[in-house]
Amino acid sequence: MIPEVGTGALLVALILAVYGAAAAAVGGRRGRPALVESAQHAALGVFALLTAAVLLLVYAFLRFDFSVRYVATNTNLGTPFYYRITALWGALEGSIVLWAWMLSIYTLLVIVRHRTSARQLYPWVLTVMLSVVAFFLVVMTVPAPVFARLTPVPADGRGLNPLLEDSGMITHPVALYLGFTGFTVPFAFAVAALVTGRVGDFWITTTRRWTIVAWYFLSLGLLIGGWWSYHVLGWGGYWAWDPVENAAFMPWLTGTALLHSVMIQERRRMLRLWNIALVMLTFSLTLFGTFLTRSGVIASVHAFTQGSIGVFFLTFLSLVVLVALALIAWRWDALGAQGELDSVVSRESAFLLNNVLLVAATFTVFFGTVFPLLSEAVRGVKVSVGAPFFNQVNVPLFLSLIFLMGVGPLIAWRRASLENLRRNFLGPVVIGVAAAALFRLLGVGSILAVTTLALTVFVVATIGVDLVRATRARRRLGERALPALGHLLLRHNRRYGGFVIHLAILVVAVGVTGSQAWSVHTETTLKRGEATELAGYRIRFDGLRESQESNHGKVTGTFTVVGGHGAGAVLEPAKKFYPQEQSPIAYVDYRLGLVDDLYLVLGDFASDGSHATVKFQVNRMVSWIWIGGLVLTLGTVLAVLPERRKAA
Amino acid sequence: MKPKFVIGGAVIVLALAYMIWAGVTQSAVYFVTPSELSAAPVDGKAYRLGGLVERGTLHWNPGTLDLTFSVSDGKTSVPVRHRGAPPDLFGEGRGAVVEGRWTGEGYFKATQILAKHSEEYKAPHDSTDARSRGLLKTLERGER
Repeated sequence: MIPEVGTGALLVALILAVYGAAAAAVGGRRGRPALVESAQHAALGVFALLTAAVLLLVYAFLRFDFSVRYVATNTNLGTPFYYRITALWGALEGSIVLWAWMLSIYTLLVIVRHRTSARQLYPWVLTVMLSVVAFFLVVMTVPAPVFARLTPVPADGRGLNPLLEDSGMITHPVALYLGFTGFTVPFAFAVAALVTGRVGDFWITTTRRWTIVAWYFLSLGLLIGGWWSYHVLGWGGYWAWDPVENAAFMPWLTGTALLHSVMIQERRRMLRLWNIALVMLTFSLTLFGTFLTRSGVIASVHAFTQGSIGVFFLTFLSLVVLVALALIAWRWDALGAQGELDSVVSRESAFLLNNVLLVAATFTVFFGTVFPLLSEAVRGVKVSVGAPFFNQVNVPLFLSLIFLMGVGPLIAWRRASLENLRRNFLGPVVIGVAAAALFRLLGVGSILAVTTLALTVFVVATIGVDLVRATRARRRLGERALPALGHLLLRHNRRYGGFVIHLAILVVAVGVTGSQAWSVHTETTLKRGEATELAGYRIRFDGLRESQESNHGKVTGTFTVVGGHGAGAVLEPAKKFYPQEQSPIAYVDYRLGLVDDLYLVLGDFASDGSHATVKFQVNRMVSWIWIGGLVLTLGTVLAVLPERRKAA
Repeated sequence: MKPKFVIGGAVIVLALAYMIWAGVTQSAVYFVTPSELSAAPVDGKAYRLGGLVERGTLHWNPGTLDLTFSVSDGKTSVPVRHRGAPPDLFGEGRGAVVEGRWTGEGYFKATQILAKHSEEYKAPHDSTDARSRGLLKTLERGER
């Protein structure tokens, strides 16, 4: 029953989405509000039907309805409760459903928010959003039918990919997809602006918050993905420059560029064409990312490989790019520059350079990701470039970006005088240089680490200079220091939200630097009762035990920290044996700390428990990366709050 | 556009082009099959060697952490040495991609083993020619 009802709902949703997209377009073109309203109803219908489809699928998972093939391949009777819900997006078909559902939620929010405030653009925005939903509905009906029936109905299902049985899998895809789909909103507004010829600044100021929200969720998705990789995959790292990671990182880079270039358009009426292009690029990259992940063109750890779906995505991507280029060409004259750059030493230049560097980073990531395809096509040899390439090329770019993070918010608009530079930057530069010297004295060997940390200190100092100066100005008006600071943050929440987000990025950067520079690891075989030492930690192997969980067997090693820091702690890395898998899967155990993470992976072991091989890592400052995510959340909340500046 | 900005832009583009070129030449890793590697091995060059772990060649010594095995494509097989426990999904008759360098002493020194498991070679007992060809295809595509 469920397969038929679900498929039916998706078909009706597809018809409604296509109708709504067309009705909104005709209504917008002929000025017929009734048609636009009808399109709105269609959008509501699409949302309702997709919600129903999602609920139906959840219901099928909870009831173990193995007549739905998707349920049978992604759960079995032993799958724990939570993972039966998250199995919804555990594989290709379900992830498309999640994607479309989120897009329909965004469409609903756009309707609520912009129905009256953006009258001219609104019908076209609706057309674009519904067209994208329609595309995903087509994918769900033809190449990846989520409600496909399985006959005969099996007694038990195959089970979820064991690596996905993790709390990270509850949040990672949700955040990531909220980010990906969120960029559809600015894209829809950009298309609407081009179609209606209203390419002024209205569309871009209207979509600023949407862009921040999408960017935030994408950032969060990337960070949670890193966390998942760190504590599940057992290699002790959080980022591998894997094609699929890169696919999500590229729209993040262009989205970051967009957040900055928007400010230049708001203030100086410059970069109209650039901003339109960035929005188009970011949206195309989200599709490209999905294409890479779903088509199996470039396989990777998290790729879902499946036949014809790649063709659908490639076709849609080409269509989007063609339409975008055609629209830009059509409105070329209207997109001409309004303002000019006055000086190389100005805020405009700093922001422009930031954009150039971010797009350059995007290009290098793209190049490195598709390099195997390129080299095979051009030279006929299979060559790939791995993490060393990405690090080598991107590190200088990211360091320059951190430097600009200090310069951009403080340097004067138009043309910075020597006096302005001295007043804003002399202090921070001195502090930064002093910090570099101090880190050297403290024995930090790596030049790269010293540079990154000194730049971080420099940026923090510029933020400090700004805060102190602004607080002092308010205190002169008679306010006390702390309330003055509070008012500042709330009244100029957009500016200070930006600063907090910068701080978050710095915290992540420090975490990445520390973990790259100072993490240590060893691998050794220990007899029962034997101990080994690494970086001041001494661990002893105390034996193995077997146990049976609901859907897998488990061999757990017991390791006790004896002496040194954290003495007495017991770590229990394990190997899990899932019946549906050919071989066991490592289960990492760890103790997180602000400075050190203790991280153990059980390798091979003797079945009598007399000895075991263990990977023993002390990872440094990795926690800062996750803390950065929390700070990022704070900054984003501050940045999207309504501005109260006018009231002050 | 003022000349200053044009020059600045050109400098950035050139610097980027140089960084990419240098990055590619220094970190390019060649994907080879055992036959390709045996035909023209270059000492010290970075390779990614893909194939099946040949039956009866896998030896693991937990005391010294020495792991040795041979990777085969059905025609040629290449001896591999690695330091460290065999990773998950790794085993005889299964596919693996081994990253490392060819040493002059007649063996491949692995720095990383990427075990692969794919729907296409679920049955490890059956390593007919067609099956291993399909496997090689998957291995070539799979970078990680």
